[in-house]
Amino acid sequence: MPPSVTLAVTRYRPEQESEPTLQTYEVPFRKDWVVLDALNYIKDNLDGSLSFRWSCRMGVCGSCGMMVNGSPKLTCAAFLSDYLPGPVRVEPLQHFPVIRDLVGDITDFMQKLKRVKPWIIREQEKPLVEGEYLQTPDQLEMYKQFSMCINCMLCYSACPVYGLEQSFIGPAAIALAQRYNLDSRDEAARERLEILSEHDGMWQCTFVGECSKVCPKNVDPAGAIQQLKLVGAVDWFRFLLPWGTR
Amino acid sequence: MRPITPFLWTLFGAGGTIAALLFPIHLFLSGLAFPLGALEAPSYDVLYGLVRHPVTRLYLLVVITLPLFHWAHRFRYTLYDVLQLKHLYRLIAVLCYSAALLGSAVAAYTVWRIP
Amino acid sequence: MSPGTQYTPYHPKWYRSRMSVWWWLQNRSYVYFVLRELTSVFVGLCALLLLWHLRALVQGPEAHAYFLAQMRRPFFVALNGVGLLFILFHTITWFNLTPKAMVVRVGGKRVPDWTIAGLNYVAWVLLSVAVAVVLLRG
Repeated sequence: MPPSVTLAVTRYRPEQESEPTLQTYEVPFRKDWVVLDALNYIKDNLDGSLSFRWSCRMGVCGSCGMMVNGSPKLTCAAFLSDYLPGPVRVEPLQHFPVIRDLVGDITDFMQKLKRVKPWIIREQEKPLVEGEYLQTPDQLEMYKQFSMCINCMLCYSACPVYGLEQSFIGPAAIALAQRYNLDSRDEAARERLEILSEHDGMWQCTFVGECSKVCPKNVDPAGAIQQLKLVGAVDWFRFLLPWGTR
Repeated sequence: MRPITPFLWTLFGAGGTIAALLFPIHLFLSGLAFPLGALEAPSYDVLYGLVRHPVTRLYLLVVITLPLFHWAHRFRYTLYDVLQLKHLYRLIAVLCYSAALLGSAVAAYTVWRIP
Repeated sequence: MSPGTQYTPYHPKWYRSRMSVWWWLQNRSYVYFVLRELTSVFVGLCALLLLWHLRALVQGPEAHAYFLAQMRRPFFVALNGVGLLFILFHTITWFNLTPKAMVVRVGGKRVPDWTIAGLNYVAWVLLSVAVAVVLLRG
């Protein structure tokens, strides 16, 4: 076990430079440390000016996503020991504009998330006196996987279609739309399907599959997208049915 | 007018499935085994007899046209993403599907006019 | 945050990098993806080959013999060999990805991916045998 490991971290200070650079730091090596621990060591002891996002440090908040040696990862889940002997390259999440150092702007995703209406929509809400909407375990299982998304956006960094065309609605937004489409309590599947069938919606996806590979919660957004494509394709042919356009 | 993309994707899917199921054996036999003499090729008369049958004609029409549309759809997106030619979006789409349509038209004509 | 507040999507100081033309060489998954997409070229070529063969057949025995002679040329043997590899790659990737799009539920439980893929492989073998039988026994 080496006593220390080198981290090469992106620095970008818009007030003094026009391009990001890599700055190296020597960080003590502890076998139970993750990259986030190393970044916090840097901030606490070596260079307080380093900016980065983090919160829960246990893989549920989705805040600490960064590129570690070129792959999108949650830095709270990336063990330093897996990157020995180093150096470990830490860069801001790919495909997002960089505000400062390791902090990217995620408003694009926030707007796309709102577009797919990720909430239960009903034609008629049940009155309160009738109690809660009941759901069997089998009905829960239909969408549970897609509900695990923590909005960490590693999938957007992995998706080359999003990288090439920022208007693409993206993996997480589509997976979350499917989460609600499959929820037995929801009644707006058609509405969401129409939103997703717009020009920069799900049809831009070419099933690279990298999004599902990097997802830390095994949401499998690629699977959600292909399922929706099949639904969308079958739906397109509904005008052929004698019992009409419903 | 509803977007046509779901329809094109269906052609892509159907063509891909047909190609996946049937092209390996067809290419292996007609492209390698028969020309190289590894297996005895059917005689001209046998083949011609097969081709005249309406079921065979329909089969051939399907296995030629749908995979051509599979190619058109997939190749179109390959040009957008790999060669980053998205600024030629419309032109590429028109060229790819026209090429597939042309091949399909030739196939349909040939199958229709088998004496 | 007041209701009238709007985020500014464009900010001049934010750094935006452009994706390189060589992005797909960045990692193995991307290279695999591009190879998979390129199988469509060989699928198209195979369809054209079938069309050529059909037209040669319809045009008469001399045209057909010419076609067979062309297929014996090293250029076509090589092209068909490479084509077969790519088409097999297409078949395998296609069957392995089909379960992602086609979710089948029996009695409330999802049919596992390997079953869907497996059924496709079985169909592939059966259809290939059928085609071979038709062509070899005439």
